[in-house]
Amino acid sequence: PIRHSESVPNVAVNVDLQTDATLQVDISDALSERDKVKFTVHTKSTLPNFKQNEFSVVRQHEEFIWLHDSFVENEDYAGFIIPPAPPRPDFDASREKLQKLGEGEGSMTKEEFTKMKQELEAEYLAIFKKTVAMHEVFLCRVAAHPVLRKDLNFHVFLEYNQDLSVRGKNKKEKLEDFFKNVVKSADGVIVAGVKDVDDFFEHEKTFLLEYHNRVKDASIKSDRMIRSHKSKLHIPFPHLFPHLFPHLFPHLFVRFFLKVSELFEKTRKIEARVAADEDLKLADLLKYYLRESQAAKDLLYRRGRALVDYENANKALDKARAKNKDVLQAETTQQVCCQKFEKISESAKQELIDFKTRRVAAFRKNLVELAELELKHAKGNLQLLQSCLAVLKGDT
Amino acid sequence: MTAWEPPDSRRRSLHGYHCQAKMAEEREPPPLGDVGQADFVEVEDGEDLFVSTVTTIEQLSPTTPEPSCLPAEDISTNSNGPKQEILLDDDQEDLFAEATEEVSLDSPEREPILSDGPSPAITPVTPTVIITPRAEASMFDRSLDEDEDTEENGDTFDMQITVSDPEKVGDGMNAYMAYKVTTKTSLNLFSRNEFSVKRRFSDFLGLHSKLASKYMHIGYIVPPAPEKSIVGMTKVKVGKEDLSSAEFVEKRRSALQRYLTRTVTHPALLKDPDVIQFLENTELPRAVSTQALSGAGILRMVNKAAEAVNKMTIKMNESDAWFEEKQQQFENLDIQLRKLHASVESLVCHRKELSVNTASFAKSAAMLGNSEDHTALSRALSQLAEVEEKIDQLHQEQAYADFYLFSELLGDYVRLIAAVKGVFDQRMKTWSKWQDAQLLLQRKREAETKLQYANKPDKLQQAKDEIKEWETKVQQGERDFEQISKNIRQEVGRFEKQRVKDFKVVIIKYLESLVHTQQQLIKYWEAFLPEAKAIA
Repeated sequence: PIRHSESVPNVAVNVDLQTDATLQVDISDALSERDKVKFTVHTKSTLPNFKQNEFSVVRQHEEFIWLHDSFVENEDYAGFIIPPAPPRPDFDASREKLQKLGEGEGSMTKEEFTKMKQELEAEYLAIFKKTVAMHEVFLCRVAAHPVLRKDLNFHVFLEYNQDLSVRGKNKKEKLEDFFKNVVKSADGVIVAGVKDVDDFFEHEKTFLLEYHNRVKDASIKSDRMIRSHKSKLHIPFPHLFPHLFPHLFPHLFVRFFLKVSELFEKTRKIEARVAADEDLKLADLLKYYLRESQAAKDLLYRRGRALVDYENANKALDKARAKNKDVLQAETTQQVCCQKFEKISESAKQELIDFKTRRVAAFRKNLVELAELELKHAKGNLQLLQSCLAVLKGDT
Repeated sequence: MTAWEPPDSRRRSLHGYHCQAKMAEEREPPPLGDVGQADFVEVEDGEDLFVSTVTTIEQLSPTTPEPSCLPAEDISTNSNGPKQEILLDDDQEDLFAEATEEVSLDSPEREPILSDGPSPAITPVTPTVIITPRAEASMFDRSLDEDEDTEENGDTFDMQITVSDPEKVGDGMNAYMAYKVTTKTSLNLFSRNEFSVKRRFSDFLGLHSKLASKYMHIGYIVPPAPEKSIVGMTKVKVGKEDLSSAEFVEKRRSALQRYLTRTVTHPALLKDPDVIQFLENTELPRAVSTQALSGAGILRMVNKAAEAVNKMTIKMNESDAWFEEKQQQFENLDIQLRKLHASVESLVCHRKELSVNTASFAKSAAMLGNSEDHTALSRALSQLAEVEEKIDQLHQEQAYADFYLFSELLGDYVRLIAAVKGVFDQRMKTWSKWQDAQLLLQRKREAETKLQYANKPDKLQQAKDEIKEWETKVQQGERDFEQISKNIRQEVGRFEKQRVKDFKVVIIKYLESLVHTQQQLIKYWEAFLPEAKAIA
């Protein structure tokens, strides 16, 4: 079990959010157990809705999903980009590696073993911290949204200090979900085919479709690249250097080769940090916007659906008027559809504009930080290498 | 061992980026572990680890002092073993016509040269030239400083060998690659200062084969030739003009150059007529016996097997702890080197993979930048794509350096260690021969004693003659054993010094390549930073 240290800054990594004093949410602690992670959700609020001004509850991943799904299913929120749900904590790969290491303990020296163990544990810790950050971002997005933050389920999630008894979906429900998704994508194609009168939305539709696909591709490729980077670091390098020098002149040449050995140790550590930073600043950024752009697409889909419904209702109304049958009913339906459509359109426009602003800000922040970290590490490496070289070359 | 260099393409200069941005102040470290300041290596002042001639990379500086000042050695154009071509005799006489001074075994100044008299008990081929420079002889006794001084003085040895211009000759399965071997030297051994010849791979193998048969059994470490590769050569023969066959040819060319350079760095081998002929003669008789499936090839394999069996049955009484210790050291070194070699090969692989993935990501980032509708962000993403593309190039170049500097050197040394072990085995064989001779002598003596009571005068005389013969053989055996032991000590000392030098030079070069990579990285990211900051 690993605890999320409290000294670590809980900054939402990928999203630039305005938080205000009326409602602040963060994950103050987390505990990783064998097959689950327990997040301590900490809330500070001046809102009258809550019994206290500051309180904490323990939540698990399934409860976050429940909250997210409740937003998606809520018709009132159809016009919003629903903050994407955090991905499930996945330690399987890391655990497998640690296990393999344990099995292979006999085939390597104690030093090598300890070193690899440290590296793998650091990796495990990194994954752990990432999942905490992603869950936190979700909550912060909700808390920052003018409407969602008032959601009752959200308040229950934050305040109710018992288990929400939200079990994960069983097989039947998962199957239902699967079919729902199939239907939805098919429908989505139809809806997307309907040309929109409004230029803004037409443009957004085209843009988001392409953007989402490209972000997906970039996310996959960046993952691959960073994985390569990391795997390069796991190659074992035996402590050869003591054997390389002749025992005739022990002192002088030992120092040379030991210095080189030390150097490679240090540069390897820096390389590991580079890979970790790239992971955080680049890969995670892309992953997040993959999910958000999907949420934006979902919004457009809902609007498109509402538009189709509205147009169909119009047609039905005309038909009813022509036949002079069930006119009142048709009128009511048409009005409902109209209202729904207009409500969604209004908020959708703002949501999409906000999405762009957030996206640009997040990319800027992360790209700048990425460049700065890469520079820092390269300079560190360079310094190490140059000073080592200077020593090795003697005073020529 | 520094005669090879990674091709200059590695050091392509790139358009300079104008660095506009100042370094931002230290950012908050990522929430990941302890990101402290990099620990910098404290520069030790006042102590130089070694006084070396490393800076003059191109120069070869073996431990021989001025050879031109050495009195001419006694070179015997003696019995060439069955493996040598008859042509050699004539050449030898021409080259060393000046050699006059006899060196006696008791000369205090020079190490005794192996007897060149007929010695039938020993395996056929005796060496023609042996040089044991003064410095090496007392190397163990001197302090380090003195030794380095000798090296400094010894720099009149000047020889550079390059293997270049691989050219395919012929067609189909009979085709082969011809390499140009250029020698630049100021040594008197050669008739000109600069000359080149064309050689094919089997010529190199032939040279090695001759040298090995001449010198290994007296304890000289003969540098091993590059390995054959049926797959590699077949591709070339068949005419596959792809990257992998180009790489193969380059790898081989580089290996051949290192092989020759090592060979001539050995003071005795340099003067060997076969070596000189190899470097100078336009035409060289085809070394047929190097083909794997030839009669000679099969004989070699049989011999190797027999030797392996012998090795297992010889239990040597090691009276000299030095040898036991050294053998153990070489065992350890062998194991460690192989491990390191495997690791470096793995590193090369991984770096190539990283390069591929980086290129792929760069393309993807460019596409993303295209579809981004915020102008400044779009531009920044395109720039990011460019940076990643350049980094991919860097990865490739670094992989190249990893390979040619490190991996190949390690491979060379794994093979060299095998040669060293071979020489130790030869010593065992020599000892074994000596012991066998002693055994036989004893038997002869016993036989003679028996005959004394049997009253067969002619048989007795024969026995006495045989005893005399075997007494000589025993003495010879003992001398051989002592000689090979002495030679090995010197060779090992020379080898270890050379090894340290080789690794030092390569490591320094490798570090310099790493420095270059980091400097380029800094350049790229510094150029990118203002673009990222410009996103508004």
